[in-house]
Amino acid sequence: MRLIPLLLALPATAALAQVPATAPPAGGGALRVDINAGLTQPMPIAVPSFAPGNGASTEAGTTTALGERAAQVIANDLKSSGLFRPLDPAAFTTTVGVDDVLRPDYAAWRTIAAQALVTGTVSANPDGGITLACYAYDVFAGTEIARQGFVTTAAGWRRAAHKCADLVYSRLTGESGYFDSRIVYVSETGPRTKRIKRLAIMDQDGAGHRFLTSGQNLVLTPRFAPGQQTITYMSFENNRPRVWLYTLGSGQQQAVGQFATMTFAPRFSPDGQNLVFSMAVGGNTDIYRFNIASRQTTRLTTGPGIDTSPSYSPDGTKIVFESDRGGGQQLYVMNADGSGQSRISFGEGRSASPVWSPRGDYIAFTRIGGGRFGIGVMRPDGGGERLLTNGYQDEGASWSPNGRVILFSRSDRSGRSGLWSVDISGLNERRLATPLDASDPAWSPLLP
Amino acid sequence: MKSTTFRLALLGTLGLTLAACTKKEEPVLAAPPAEARPEPAPAPAPAPTQTPSVGTSLVPGSQEELRARAGTDTVLFAYDSYELDAEARGVLARHAEWLKGNNARVTLEGHADERGTREYNLALGERRANSVKNFLATQGVPVDRLATISYGKERPAVEGSDEAAWAQNRRAVTMVTR
Repeated sequence: MRLIPLLLALPATAALAQVPATAPPAGGGALRVDINAGLTQPMPIAVPSFAPGNGASTEAGTTTALGERAAQVIANDLKSSGLFRPLDPAAFTTTVGVDDVLRPDYAAWRTIAAQALVTGTVSANPDGGITLACYAYDVFAGTEIARQGFVTTAAGWRRAAHKCADLVYSRLTGESGYFDSRIVYVSETGPRTKRIKRLAIMDQDGAGHRFLTSGQNLVLTPRFAPGQQTITYMSFENNRPRVWLYTLGSGQQQAVGQFATMTFAPRFSPDGQNLVFSMAVGGNTDIYRFNIASRQTTRLTTGPGIDTSPSYSPDGTKIVFESDRGGGQQLYVMNADGSGQSRISFGEGRSASPVWSPRGDYIAFTRIGGGRFGIGVMRPDGGGERLLTNGYQDEGASWSPNGRVILFSRSDRSGRSGLWSVDISGLNERRLATPLDASDPAWSPLLP
Repeated sequence: MKSTTFRLALLGTLGLTLAACTKKEEPVLAAPPAEARPEPAPAPAPAPTQTPSVGTSLVPGSQEELRARAGTDTVLFAYDSYELDAEARGVLARHAEWLKGNNARVTLEGHADERGTREYNLALGERRANSVKNFLATQGVPVDRLATISYGKERPAVEGSDEAAWAQNRRAVTMVTR
């Protein structure tokens, strides 16, 4: 599917020019959300149903229906960030028409105390696709904040809505958005002694859920390639636990390399050309790099301890991993060629399963101590350590594409498990709905 | 430069000591009695003199025969440990004797309790399986009959999130493959 963002230089009802996506700058004294303070006092925002533009119907429904649903998707995205409080649609007395989109009645929106307004239109295009036009306004200043149109297939209306939410989020916070993204995870069902695990994928907001594997083989720890069309994971197929690749378009599954012993804990390098994973040989686990094109394997650690859970820095120059070489599990950083290994975690208990933020500023990890598992963050030099969550078993951290939110899995003593997210401030802890129990989430990069 | 190196080394040592202390405080339980073990075979280990009568009802080289002759197909480990204690070595010595009396091939399954991270526990299970493999090899079992696999914390023997359940789940199982 293609999503073409375009500048809305003309009213959305006019012919659309395909120009590069450079939205107009926000006006002077622009409305801003302080991303830290905003979590304790979310901004009231109105997201009325988008108005039907040209054309009445599409394969995905009428433009009126799509306009309603798009507004719901956008409101839900903004709400999930914890920074916005979408106003109850019941408070809106009038239906928004195309004229209202272009010239909002600021006074009316002020009466319901909306600080910002997200509005727009959904039009059916002659080729069967749609254009979602997204407008954001500062209600109290009476100024436009942003506008952009997204051209896509009728079925792609949700992605256009997520792009609109990302536009609003980025204009109001100054950070890049993360709503047009997906989550791959392990769906779980059955008793713990005979747990059935399947790879599953869904949009970041839970829509479009589907299973990728049948459950016949135990599968663990899926992670996206930077191009997000490929997923690396671990499978016990044929009782040979090892690293696999799953291609999303074709559904093709392929074992990685020809190794005699168990390979696990895989992740892609930021350029997508290499995998790093652990290989266990005779009771000793070390970290290896595997070049996907040449199939060449390079050993990066050699110690007698367990070295595992490697994760690249976003610039590809370093790898953070865990090792029990000093006794219990602790975090270490090394250069991408394996040189310069040094310990970075010195907190109480054990620190495990590190994941480098896509922004590079933090490493998320699992802290084990006092019979509890929590998710924490620290800077790559080991400083600034903060614990964000505390559960019976919180583990498997994964970063949102903008490095602002951490997904993780939480299990309780009864063996039930689910996906949760938390802001890096430690606020806005939320559960994500999944059809069954869930673990090992991995967030995709922003979709193209 | 020199002082920095020294400080880092000191920190490392401190970390080591702390880690060691933490480890000592972990509850290290003695292996529970045999009747608390997870294997389904309820029959107690037959005394050697009774072996012939038991043997006649068992398929030679089968999992059931291994269990009957050795009393169990499972050995247990302390928290985060892959060391074989005296009881485990006793069980595995009987596994070795049985293996030397037939041509069975076995897969040694290593398992961990749920109180570790997923990937670390895969490595820990592999260590446990290899401890058993190495022990059996030193007892004279040909290594080409010994395969290993780790299930990490993915296949606990019993449900439950208490010390009794964890103790049974930290295990290695000798599984006859043919």
